[in-house]
Amino acid sequence: MTDNSLKMTARDVSVWYGDKQAINNVSIDIATEHVTAFIGPSGCGKSTFLRTLNRMNDTIASCKVGGKIELDGSDIYDPKMDVVQLRARVGMVFQKPNPFPKSIYENVAYGPRIHGLTKTKAELDALVEKYLTRAGLWNEVKDRLHESGTALSGGQQQRLCIARAIAVSPEVILMDEPCSALDPIATAKIEELIDELRGRYAIVMVTHNMQQAARVSQRTAFFHLGTMVEYGATSEIFQNPRETQTKDYITGRYG
Amino acid sequence: MNEHTVRAFDDEIDRLRGMISEMGGRAEAAISGSLQALVKHDSKVAEQVVADDKLIDALEIEIEKLAVQIIALRAPMADDLREVVAAIKIASVIERIGDYAKNIARRSLEIGNLGKIEPLILIPAMAEVAGDMVRRVLDAFAARDPQGAVTVCEMDTKVDGYYNSVFRSLVTHMMENPQTIGKAAQLLFVARNLERIGDHATNVAEMVYFAATGEYMAERERVSADNDGLGG
Repeated sequence: MTDNSLKMTARDVSVWYGDKQAINNVSIDIATEHVTAFIGPSGCGKSTFLRTLNRMNDTIASCKVGGKIELDGSDIYDPKMDVVQLRARVGMVFQKPNPFPKSIYENVAYGPRIHGLTKTKAELDALVEKYLTRAGLWNEVKDRLHESGTALSGGQQQRLCIARAIAVSPEVILMDEPCSALDPIATAKIEELIDELRGRYAIVMVTHNMQQAARVSQRTAFFHLGTMVEYGATSEIFQNPRETQTKDYITGRYG
Repeated sequence: MNEHTVRAFDDEIDRLRGMISEMGGRAEAAISGSLQALVKHDSKVAEQVVADDKLIDALEIEIEKLAVQIIALRAPMADDLREVVAAIKIASVIERIGDYAKNIARRSLEIGNLGKIEPLILIPAMAEVAGDMVRRVLDAFAARDPQGAVTVCEMDTKVDGYYNSVFRSLVTHMMENPQTIGKAAQLLFVARNLERIGDHATNVAEMVYFAATGEYMAERERVSADNDGLGG
């Protein structure tokens, strides 16, 4: 990847939960305008590693992170780093859609309002429309913006969560199994959305669905037992992986 | 190679490989049968080769069906995917090899007895090498052996060399014996078929190499595949 596409870098990152080491010396470059997929068996550390990228692990008392992670060259674990600001720049979408128990409108408007991104009601209205449109949800909800977000279908809720994540203009979006609670049609819509969004953001996605990683990502990292075994172009990883461990995993020979 | 967690997947891959081996074995038998028909003027064997070709054709269809089913139901990845794709391509090439052998068997009926002429000594030797290429390339496929595949490609120069010799010797024979020119021309087609079998075995070798390594055989190693024995 070229230097100007480089968004985040991790160098020798290790993570401990108490005495147990969950991540062992992972170094990776995350490019903007790319989807980077993390794959690997359960417990391999891929979600843990994803969460180090916007310091979601801070909320776990026993969790300790070593090494260096930079966003546009600044250390995100620097004590001077504003974590709220960091999480606006590095947004997150979770496995289970988790809209606020508020209206569809409020779900999207909440972030921009508390970050003071808009001045007038009209500006906020325009912003809500813009991000619901970008999340591919506007046409389905424009006549019911004041209904509760939780009344939507699972797939719509997930797209609402994506609209909420992008409404604060993040640079990186982390997705932890964003489709595993959705049916195939809703999954396809999210995948199509991810493909559109990657033109503007760096997207990092954890998935158990290898076909999904193959379909939507440009780069894939394979994690196993807390280490990153292999990282490369998705087409290479799925057609001709260099490491036997990677090959055994993607061909269904693992374990 | 390790087993798949889902054993039925292994069973299907094994079945696919087994059918390729069977198809290859039948093609090889067809080549030697057609040569026996030619050399011994044995029309029974010739007819058997022609009839057995239907089995080769049927196997190709079976292989295609199973390969498509594996792709649809198992979503194979990496070397599994390459192997399934290679199986489809190899099956269609072996089917062509079978056709060439069948064609030789048919021509043997036309040719009948030409007596002990030089081309009829060269052609069985040529067929020996071509048949050996088919046998070895299937061994390489069974063993997932890229080096074996390279060896098969190298053997094709031998077949091409024989083809040139047969061609020259047949032309000489035709000039000296214009009364048998029709039958001798048939022999030229037989030699041409064997030369094509060598090329096809080379193609199979390239697929075996790709399936095993994920890489295409280097250009220098496949030069012989492009040489049709006519120096260009």
